[in-house]
Amino acid sequence: METFMTIIAGILFTVGTYLILSKGLVRIILGISLFTHGVHLMLMAVNGLKRGAAPLLGENNDVFTDPVPQALILTSIVISFALTAFSLVLGYRTYVELGTDDLEKLRGEPNE
Amino acid sequence: MNNLVILPILLPLFSGVLLFFLRRQIRTQQAITLVATTATLISSLVLIGSISRDGIQILNMGGWEAPYGITLVADMLAALLTATASIVTIACLLYTFHSIGEDRKKFYVYPLLLLLLCGVNGSFLTGDIFNLFVFFEVMLISSYALISLGGGKVQLRETIKYMITNIISSMLFIVAVAYLYSITGTLSMAHLSERVALAGQDGLITTVSLLFLIVFGLKAGLLLFFWLPGSYSAPPAAIAAIFAALLTKVGIYAIMRMFTLIFYHQSDFTHTVLVWMSALTMILGAVGAIAYGDIRRILAYNVIVSVGFVVFGVAVASREALTGAVFYLIHDMLAKALIFILGGVIMSIAGTDRLRDISGLIRFRPTLGWLFFLSALALAGVPPLSGFVGKVMILQGGIAQSYYVMAAIGLLTSLLVLYSVMKIFINSFWGETLLSEGEEKSPGKGYLLPGAMLAALLIGLGLGAETVLTYVGQAVEVMLNPMLYIEAVLPQTGM
Repeated sequence: METFMTIIAGILFTVGTYLILSKGLVRIILGISLFTHGVHLMLMAVNGLKRGAAPLLGENNDVFTDPVPQALILTSIVISFALTAFSLVLGYRTYVELGTDDLEKLRGEPNE
Repeated sequence: MNNLVILPILLPLFSGVLLFFLRRQIRTQQAITLVATTATLISSLVLIGSISRDGIQILNMGGWEAPYGITLVADMLAALLTATASIVTIACLLYTFHSIGEDRKKFYVYPLLLLLLCGVNGSFLTGDIFNLFVFFEVMLISSYALISLGGGKVQLRETIKYMITNIISSMLFIVAVAYLYSITGTLSMAHLSERVALAGQDGLITTVSLLFLIVFGLKAGLLLFFWLPGSYSAPPAAIAAIFAALLTKVGIYAIMRMFTLIFYHQSDFTHTVLVWMSALTMILGAVGAIAYGDIRRILAYNVIVSVGFVVFGVAVASREALTGAVFYLIHDMLAKALIFILGGVIMSIAGTDRLRDISGLIRFRPTLGWLFFLSALALAGVPPLSGFVGKVMILQGGIAQSYYVMAAIGLLTSLLVLYSVMKIFINSFWGETLLSEGEEKSPGKGYLLPGAMLAALLIGLGLGAETVLTYVGQAVEVMLNPMLYIEAVLPQTGM
């Protein structure tokens, strides 16, 4: 299962990178959020999936699953949610103000 | 356990949140912000006092002992930097009172500044690597909002680039943390240091350390600085000053911490990479600083040069070089804030940032002229100002470890830095006076208090270097001897 998730994370990284390298602002923002999903899946996969019981005292088991990666992912999801929301608003404002979503045109003039 | 450790994070956080409810009362906002930052400064100073008396102070959040919970660790390095960050914030804050328009003041510039300070102080004080990521994000999200605040075309354009770059580097940060956690099974920096030392820093861990280097290099503007000149020229001068003084320095601090506490075993390899990165940063930054003809860009490239210089000190990693690096870092936070504020005043008086349209300001602005001259000398490291002490120590440390080429690059770039800021001074203050007294675009008020405060600190730091160096020495002691840090955080290991 870990191998499978690693492959999925790899695909998400690839697609995310491809989108980030494109010129359209919306594509870049989508690329970033795919990239983020890839990171989260990878964080889960490299630290091992369900290896034992839930880490609660009531569970009478010798082996417990490590809850830390999931806590990290949860924190990271919240942060990336906020960032995606902000970047969408920012992208929209930029489109309204500057009339373009093409990063090539957002380069900035050297003498303005 | 010392609850004082959390005050430099809590004070700006709570007052920042409180200010969101007082949107229209600008006077009240200013008063609360000033009180909160001053209180932050005082708590950091008290913290410095107690660290120098009793050693490293820690606070286990929620009573969960390290390495299971999140620990806040205030060693001398962290406390010195929080104190400096608070001073810089106060200075920039005083400058915002007059220089920033009503529209920005009404749209949460003060709460955002406080949250920025909260993130910066948190990054300095945390002893947990994932928590470092979280505080980085607190700082970065406030900075995104601060850059774009006002919604000018240039600002929006630059915010997009700044934000995309930083989000990607933050994602790489999580990737690096994930790898490190899967290798070592811990997130507490002290515990990481212990485990990496125990297991040996093999190729895998060194690779992860390089990933961290890329991440922090992006945040600090170390070699990967392509985003910096554009985004630091976008916001108003007071905000650019706080960015230049604080944001890149947090990245440098993270590099210092990681490569003295955790990844210090393969220094042949990692520190050589650091040396080369810092050399290229210095050269490219200096080239940028002399190439451009507008104040904003010259100053932004100066930020890059000093990043390279401090990291050179970290890469040499001898006692002398590290002392120089910490001292220079503190100096640089103050000096960059000062010169960005003064540059902002020049731009607001002249109404332009292009040097060829500014001339002869010294006639009606002698104080501004001399302050700028002083800060230019401090930046270049002319004695008795504070830049000198740090530079000498870094260079001595470098030469003692026979980094002759690097020392030459360091000296050469300081010369170019001096040239680039003198170019601003000569062009804008000397020559024929273009503007008569009443013609100035803006009175350029309100710079005198923060400017004089920072300039006095720079002179004081240079003349009183002996006193400051005793504190810096304690900071370096911990950097050279990670066992001190580990024993403070994990007393049960006590060896």
